[in-house]
Amino acid sequence: MHSLDFDISHMLAGGLVLISFMMLYQDRLYSLLNVFALHALVLALSVAWQAFVQDAPHLYVTAAIALVFKAIVIPVALHRIVKQLGIHRDIESAVGIGPTMLAGMGLVALSMVLMLRVTPEADPLAREDLAFALSVVLLGLLVMVTRRNAVSQVVGFMSLENGLVLAATGAKGMPLVVEISVAFSILIAFIVIGIFLFRIRERFDSVDVSALDDYRGERR
Amino acid sequence: MSAVVVQMLCVAGLLGSVVLAIVLNRSRMATAIIYGATLAASAIALTGAVHWLLGDTASASDLTLPIGLPWLGSHFRLDPLASFFLIVVNLGGAAASLYGLGYGHHEPAPHRVLPFFPAFLAGMNLVVLADDAFSYLLCWEFMSLVSWALVMAHHREAGNTKDGYVYLVMASFGTLALLLAFGLLAGPAGDYGFAAIRAAQHRPYVATLVLILMLLGAGSKSGLVPLHVWLPLAHPAAPSHVSALMSGVMTKVAIYGFIRVVFDLLGPPSWPASVVILILGGITAVMGILYAMMERDLKRLLAYSTIENVGVIFAGLGLALAFQANGLKLLAALAFTAALFHVLNHSFFKSLLFFGAGAVLTATGERDMDKLGGLIHRMPFTSFAVLVGCVATSALPPFNGFVSEWLMFQAVLQSPELPQWALKITVPAVGALLALAAALAAACFVKAYGVTFLGRPRSLAAETAEEVDRYALSAMFVLAALCLLAGILPGVVIDALSPITRQILGGRMPIQINEPWLSIAPIAEGRSSYNGLLVMVFITISASSAVVFIHRFASRALRRGPAWGCGFSDPNPAAQYSGGSFAQPIRRVFGTLVFRARDHVEMPAPGDIRPARLRIELHDLIWERMYEPIAGVVGFSADKLNRLQFLTIRRYLSLVFATLVTLLLVLAIWS
Repeated sequence: MHSLDFDISHMLAGGLVLISFMMLYQDRLYSLLNVFALHALVLALSVAWQAFVQDAPHLYVTAAIALVFKAIVIPVALHRIVKQLGIHRDIESAVGIGPTMLAGMGLVALSMVLMLRVTPEADPLAREDLAFALSVVLLGLLVMVTRRNAVSQVVGFMSLENGLVLAATGAKGMPLVVEISVAFSILIAFIVIGIFLFRIRERFDSVDVSALDDYRGERR
Repeated sequence: MSAVVVQMLCVAGLLGSVVLAIVLNRSRMATAIIYGATLAASAIALTGAVHWLLGDTASASDLTLPIGLPWLGSHFRLDPLASFFLIVVNLGGAAASLYGLGYGHHEPAPHRVLPFFPAFLAGMNLVVLADDAFSYLLCWEFMSLVSWALVMAHHREAGNTKDGYVYLVMASFGTLALLLAFGLLAGPAGDYGFAAIRAAQHRPYVATLVLILMLLGAGSKSGLVPLHVWLPLAHPAAPSHVSALMSGVMTKVAIYGFIRVVFDLLGPPSWPASVVILILGGITAVMGILYAMMERDLKRLLAYSTIENVGVIFAGLGLALAFQANGLKLLAALAFTAALFHVLNHSFFKSLLFFGAGAVLTATGERDMDKLGGLIHRMPFTSFAVLVGCVATSALPPFNGFVSEWLMFQAVLQSPELPQWALKITVPAVGALLALAAALAAACFVKAYGVTFLGRPRSLAAETAEEVDRYALSAMFVLAALCLLAGILPGVVIDALSPITRQILGGRMPIQINEPWLSIAPIAEGRSSYNGLLVMVFITISASSAVVFIHRFASRALRRGPAWGCGFSDPNPAAQYSGGSFAQPIRRVFGTLVFRARDHVEMPAPGDIRPARLRIELHDLIWERMYEPIAGVVGFSADKLNRLQFLTIRRYLSLVFATLVTLLLVLAIWS
């Protein structure tokens, strides 16, 4: 592998981690959605670059899926949902930005240490790619945990899935069927969650998931 | 048609009766049809197994069914060991079916028992026939669950629900232990067939772990102390013919599993394992019979006595393992034969005694011995059959219990041949424990028989009892006859067992049938020999001549006078010697140590007309020290963890996240 190829894929994967960090400190929904669209765009670029480097044409399909669905369709749909729900002004992070950022840094450090230690004999690209992918997954989880609004939890879930796709494309030769099925399952999860959002909204006049807890008769 | 196919067809017949029982449900004829069908199936399976064991046993008979795990199928195999245990299972099954033909009518709800009875028999047959770990565990669990359903047949009676619960927990625990044991045996390659496991080499630590797990799994099912707690609860709770099967047969199926894994599959044994088994067996024997001695519920007494017998069998197995580990094949065969002989004997007399207890229960509705008494006049046939069972289980000649215990002690006496000092010390000590257990067993059954059948009736129910039906009586008398036959013709049984010792241990005892006068000489005639037939003839002649002599010269004239009341002139039957009185000396000797027994006398103040009361306080230390703390810890942590049921969504997510991060951290620090 040329060192340039390596550097570019490295840069794109690192960019994904960076954008995950950006997601952590967005406290408005619209901006969060925009950042997510950017996240998906970079993912599509990264996958396409992998397709080019590994000379694996089926990865272009994956890139196209990521671009069309994740960078365009889903953000647009979520935009409309947020607009219909009228919640675009909500400030909704449950944990302060400072601690969240610190936790995110810790997670990235953890995934780096872990991956570089457990895969000493794998090829360097796959190693660092995996480390970045794990960081993206963990940061996506962190987004889900630190938000109390259902829409932003959906976004966190999607960014988590982006990390999975990144890991899969880095490890040469994931079959296309698996990619498509992953993509579709995410899409279906998105649809289901979207429907649920409206159901929740209908019943509780809010998409703050803590309303569900109130309904179960508990204090937060 | 090969032998194993015959056995499987019988199992299929039993499973067919399950369907039939469900279809017939509450119809009047259902009891007769189902017990008739199980009787026929068990009898055919029994004949097939006996025929095969006595005939050509050179090659095992295999069968593979295309069910079960896709790449494995279900393997079934009939080899000498399996055929012996099939005989035990099906003999018990046939006797219980015969008994059930009459007993079923007295059941308050026979349709609750009917479908599970043949299923239980089928499960036990399948466990013995199974030849791969998967089928074995499946059939084992099937057997456990069906027997649980039978324990719960009288679920409305007080306490039975708790008994069933304890049984279910212990059975699941046992299956878990077996699952882990087979997992270790199959190894990372996952060869679940017994043939593959037998061929594989097992590393020493794997062998040790498997042995411990088998002691936990098979030991909990067969009632090894301290895993016995469920047995005296569950066995008496079932209907009596099922109690007989559970106590006389199912414990043997567990012992089969232990023999199969430890002697057959695990490869060459090491001697330290035998020390553990010996000590556990000795302690189980003594503890079981001490518990039985303290018991006043007739069926629970029998269940505790089963624990004693299981201890004796395990001691024999430990002895066989000790000899085998040192290459003493003849002596190993002797100890192993003694254990197997005792398995057979126990299935005879324990079934017989449970049938007797069932007959008493049918006639009087009582299991409490202190409310019985005088039944020998009301139920003479039952009393006679039970007397035979009591004598046999007390290991008195000429009955079968004596022979197997005698063989066991012959093996114990050979312990100087063993090279290891640990064994040289352990084996005689365990022998002494077994002797103590045998003596206590005799005392216990004198108590059980005396209090139940002799003396004067202590309640109206006992006074008005009537003899039970013919089916029950014939089942009891068949077993009593078998007890006597095995006792006076032990050579035949020992020779029939020799293919098994040759298969498992590679050695056998000398051929006994050639000895003169049907006597047996386990090692050599010069060492020791026993002749059951001669002993019986001697006992018969001396006893009858003594009777004739006394009647002729001592009490020619028949005199009628008031019954001698041991100095008590009180006509109240409650003034008789009771079970508690009988147990008192032994309670005084062992009770303080083993049961923390205390006697409290509550004397009324002078002038008070209240009667004085003697209150006996007994503690089951194993239950209190071992099981109650475990139950407490489980309950406490369940209470604490219960809060996890009511977290908010975000907290659940955080919990998952925190767990993931923690695990990753552990990985990062470790690697």
